[in-house]
Amino acid sequence: MSKKLYVLLSVLLVAAFVLAACGKAAPAPSKTEAPKKPFRIAVVLPSSINDLAFSQSMYQALLAVQKKMGGKDAMQFVYSDGMYKVDDAAAAIRDYASQGYDLVIAHGSQYGSSLQEIAPDFPKTSFAWGTTVDTFGMPNVFAYEAASEEGGYVNGVMAAKLSKSGVLGVIGPIETGDASRYVQGFIAGAKATNPNIKVNVTWTGSFSDVSAAAEAANTHISAGADALTGTAQMVVGAIGVAKEKNVLWFGTQADQSSLAPNIVVANQVYHWEVVLTKMIDLIQHGTLGGQSFTINLKNGGEVIEYNPQYNLPPEVKKAAEDAIKGIEDGSIKIELKK
Amino acid sequence: MLAKLLSASVLIGILASGVRLATPYLYATIGETFGQRSGVLNLGVEGQMLLGAFFAFYVTLVTGSLWLGVLAAAVVGALMGLAMAFVTVNLQAEQGISGIGFYLFGLGLSDLLFQKLVGTVKTIQGFPPIYIPVLSGLPVLGPVLFQQNILVYVAYALVPLAWFVLNKTTLGLKIRSVGENPQAADSLGISVAAVRYYTIIQGGVLSGIAGASLSIGLLNVFQQNMTSGMGFIAVALVYFGAWRPLGVLGGSLLFSMVNALQLWMQVVGVPIPPDLAVMMPYVLTILVLMVTVSKVRAPSALAKPFEREG
Repeated sequence: MSKKLYVLLSVLLVAAFVLAACGKAAPAPSKTEAPKKPFRIAVVLPSSINDLAFSQSMYQALLAVQKKMGGKDAMQFVYSDGMYKVDDAAAAIRDYASQGYDLVIAHGSQYGSSLQEIAPDFPKTSFAWGTTVDTFGMPNVFAYEAASEEGGYVNGVMAAKLSKSGVLGVIGPIETGDASRYVQGFIAGAKATNPNIKVNVTWTGSFSDVSAAAEAANTHISAGADALTGTAQMVVGAIGVAKEKNVLWFGTQADQSSLAPNIVVANQVYHWEVVLTKMIDLIQHGTLGGQSFTINLKNGGEVIEYNPQYNLPPEVKKAAEDAIKGIEDGSIKIELKK
Repeated sequence: MLAKLLSASVLIGILASGVRLATPYLYATIGETFGQRSGVLNLGVEGQMLLGAFFAFYVTLVTGSLWLGVLAAAVVGALMGLAMAFVTVNLQAEQGISGIGFYLFGLGLSDLLFQKLVGTVKTIQGFPPIYIPVLSGLPVLGPVLFQQNILVYVAYALVPLAWFVLNKTTLGLKIRSVGENPQAADSLGISVAAVRYYTIIQGGVLSGIAGASLSIGLLNVFQQNMTSGMGFIAVALVYFGAWRPLGVLGGSLLFSMVNALQLWMQVVGVPIPPDLAVMMPYVLTILVLMVTVSKVRAPSALAKPFEREG
C-alpha cells in the first residue's frame, strides 16, 4: 500500500516538474542545429501585459527589441505577469535565474529588496530592475528609471492651457519612483503655464487599487477639476470616471487613448527599447551590471503621443512642442525634490 | 485648511462619496450577516465578489445588457455559494480555511477568464445615475442620496428588508435558531442543512452582485484583483455591525465616509502624510472591533460544523 503510494507520489512529482517546465513556454534550446544561441530574457511584471500602463510598456519594448534583433532566433523572452505579490515575484525571479537566462528583469521598484537577496547567488546571470538608479553596488545588477517628470511637465502645460475651471487633479499611487517624478513634473508644467492654477494631488497608497483611483477621480471632479492625470496600472478606474463625467485625461507610461477616445488628450509613452538594447549589448560584451540608465524625451525613451481623435487646439499643441524642445535642449529645467 | 474641509460643498462631497462607496460593502455584508447568523463563516466573499465583478462586466460587454450582467453575477455567486455550502455543510470542512480556498479560486479564475476572454483593459457604459424626481433637487440630501445609480438604491433598500426577514419572519427565526443552537433547532424538525444551504447561497448571490456594483456600477471596468480586499473588510464589518442589518449599514457607511474623508483631506491639502490618510478607515475598523467584540456576542454556533448526534 505505502509502496504504491510512494510510486504514485513520485510519478505525480515528476509530472508536476515536467508540466511546470513546459508551462513557461520557454522552447527547449535546440543545441544541435542553432550555431548561435539566442539571447534569453525573463521578465517579472507586477500587472498584466495589457494593463495600458507600466507592465505593457515593458512587454511592448521586449517585442520591439526582439523584432529589431531579428526574431526568435536572435532573442527569446518569457514573462510572468500579474506578480503584484512580491513573494510570488521573488520566487519567479529566483526560478528564472536558476534556469540560466542571460538577463532577468524585475520590472517594479517593489522587487528591489528581493533582487538584492537573489542576485549574489547567481553571479553569472545579469539582473535588471526599475524604476530606480540603485544597482546595490553589485556587478551583475543594472538599474533603469524613467525621467517621467519630462512628459509630466508637457502634460501639465497642456492641462493648464485646456482647463477652464483652473483646477487640475492628480491621482498618484505611492509617492516613489517614476510616479513621484511624474507628479512633480506635471505640477511644474502646469504652474509654469498658469501660475494661478490649482493642482490637487491625492495618493491612493496602492498601484493596483482601481476602486480607490476611481473614487479619487470622483473627489477631484467634485472639487472642481476639469482635467485629470494619474499614474500606475490602477488609473483605468479613474479614466472610467473621467469618461463618464466628461473631463479631460492625460496619460502616462502607455497609450491610454483607446480607453476613452473622446477625453484622452495625450500620453507620455515609455519606450524601454533604449534601455534594453544597451543592456543586451553590454551583456554580450561581458558587462553584467553595475550601471543605471534613464529614458527621457531626448533619447527617445519617452514619447508624447497625442490622441488623434481628440481635437487639440493648434496653440496648445505648439505650447507642448515648445516644452518638449525646451526640455530636450536644457532651457527648461525641472526641479525635483529629494 | 480645516475650515476648507468643513465647508458645505466638501461635506456634501464626503457624504455623497461615502454613500456611493458603501454600496459594495452593503451587498456583501448583508449576505455575510445571514450566513453568520446561521452559523457559517464565509471568508470567500472576496473571491465571490471578484467572479461576480468579472461576469457582470463580461456579460455586459458581450450582450450590451446591464441587467443580464447583474443576473450573471448573481448566478455565478449562487454557484460559488452552492460549492461553499457543500464543503461546509456536507463535508463539514473547517470554514476559515475553506473560505480562503474559495477566495483564491475566485481571484485566480476571474483573472484567468479576463485574460482569455477579454484580454485588455476595456471600459463599458455602466448603470447611469438616476435622478429621483423632486427629491434629487433637495439641498444637501439631493446630491447625497437621490442622484445615485440603481444598484446603490437597491443596496440601501435591502437593509430594512434584511432586518424584516431576520427578525419578523419564520425563516429569520429558523436562521437565528440554527446559528445559536443547531441541536435544538434540529430536534424541533428544522433542517439545519437546508437553512445553511439557503443562507450561504443567498450570501453568494449578494456577494456576486456586490462585485457587479463595482464593475458595472461604480467603476465601469474590470481589472484583476479589483476588489483589493473589500470582501475581507466586509467580513470584518459584520462583526463591527454586531450581526445586525442596521449595524452593518452603520459600519459600511462609517468605513466609507472615513475613506471619502481622507481623500478630501488630501485634495484640500490638509498636511497629513498620504500613507497615514489611506490607513484611516482601516485603523478605525480595528478600533471599533476592539470595542464591540467585548460587548456583543457572536452567534453561538458560528464557524462550527453541525453533526447530528446518534
